[in-house]
Amino acid sequence: MKIILPVEKEQENTDICQSLGRTPYFMLYDTNTESSEFFQNPASNSPSGAGIEAAQAIVDSGANTLLTPRCGNNAYSVLKKTGIAVFRTIPGPAISNIHAFLEGDLSELDTIHEGRHHGEN
Amino acid sequence: MRDVITERTKMKIAVLSGKGGTGKTMLSVNLAAVATPSTYVDCDVEEPNGYLFFKPEDVRPEIVSVLVPSADPNICNGCKECVRFCKFHALAHSGEHLIVFEDVCHSCGGCSLICPLNAITEHPRTVGVVESGRSGEVTIHTGRMNVGEAAGLPIIRKLMKKISESGQERIFIDCPPGSSCTVMESIRDAEFCVLVSEPTIFGTHNLEMIVELVRTFDKPFGVILNKRLDGEKDPSEEYCHRNCLPILGKIPFDHELGILNSEGKIASRENGRFFQMFKDIYDHITECVSI
Repeated sequence: MKIILPVEKEQENTDICQSLGRTPYFMLYDTNTESSEFFQNPASNSPSGAGIEAAQAIVDSGANTLLTPRCGNNAYSVLKKTGIAVFRTIPGPAISNIHAFLEGDLSELDTIHEGRHHGEN
Repeated sequence: MRDVITERTKMKIAVLSGKGGTGKTMLSVNLAAVATPSTYVDCDVEEPNGYLFFKPEDVRPEIVSVLVPSADPNICNGCKECVRFCKFHALAHSGEHLIVFEDVCHSCGGCSLICPLNAITEHPRTVGVVESGRSGEVTIHTGRMNVGEAAGLPIIRKLMKKISESGQERIFIDCPPGSSCTVMESIRDAEFCVLVSEPTIFGTHNLEMIVELVRTFDKPFGVILNKRLDGEKDPSEEYCHRNCLPILGKIPFDHELGILNSEGKIASRENGRFFQMFKDIYDHITECVSI
């Protein structure tokens, strides 16, 4: 099983990023090997549609579960159609959230925000 | 030259302001009413209200739609060329299906061109309507965006197309408030811009923003100072003097004008005093255009 999180730095004790679409990095944790890898979020500086682009990167990573503090409508719709479960993080570093999730201490994310859509043109 | 222009040459005048509630609609409705035969175009597609004054007759609606893509799941093999191509990120692929975010799509059509399997076709999606009617010698075009839509540009483009096809008339374009893309589209073809301001610091700040906008577009312009109070300082007027901006006219914060306006009446059609006031402003504008 692979668990993914939006994170601020490329280390397991990193803070979790509060924005799923604009997070600088993703941390992908593999429960089989108990190891993490990190990759840059291609959407961090996108002028529009960052949530959708970030969700596509999550889908492409092969993750089964996303742990995130927040999630917008559009990103959630991509994740849901792909069958990726979304859980809400708790305060603390990324690695403690992975442990909390594996112990069943996290709950599913049930409030989806409208997203902050950039202008119109 | 001036005589030629003040005759029935086509002249598009855009009325705009940096903030809402300065009097764009009041001014453009009344200008159209004193400069007959004329055309009034409501580009404030999120909340058009000029029609409330004109109460147009013989209204004909025309649907405005944009093209959005969809992929045939039997042909699409999930290569994601289209997902990578779309700069607005209106597309995602779940591994099984192409997901289209129609409200993010800008209808460029690129995805259908780039698809190696020709799996993508475009189909129209209704985003609003343009309603055209008449009130006396005034033709009224109202743009109306459907509730829940984010982008008004396709509707404004339709309005601009309608007036470019119309005969030789005075055309008054009632712009959306602010200085966003929809305002730029509304003034793009205008020969002259009328900036409406009010005597507040907020109003002056927003006036500065649209002065910058019309200068960017190299549009000749002038300012109408609205809601003037006798003996009170008007920061917008001071700003105009400091920067040598032409003042086209001043509209008093007049009780009777306010009542007529709030009742959805066209002040210049109701009262000779207001007819003269708006006629003077209109004459001043035509002088500026002909210089």
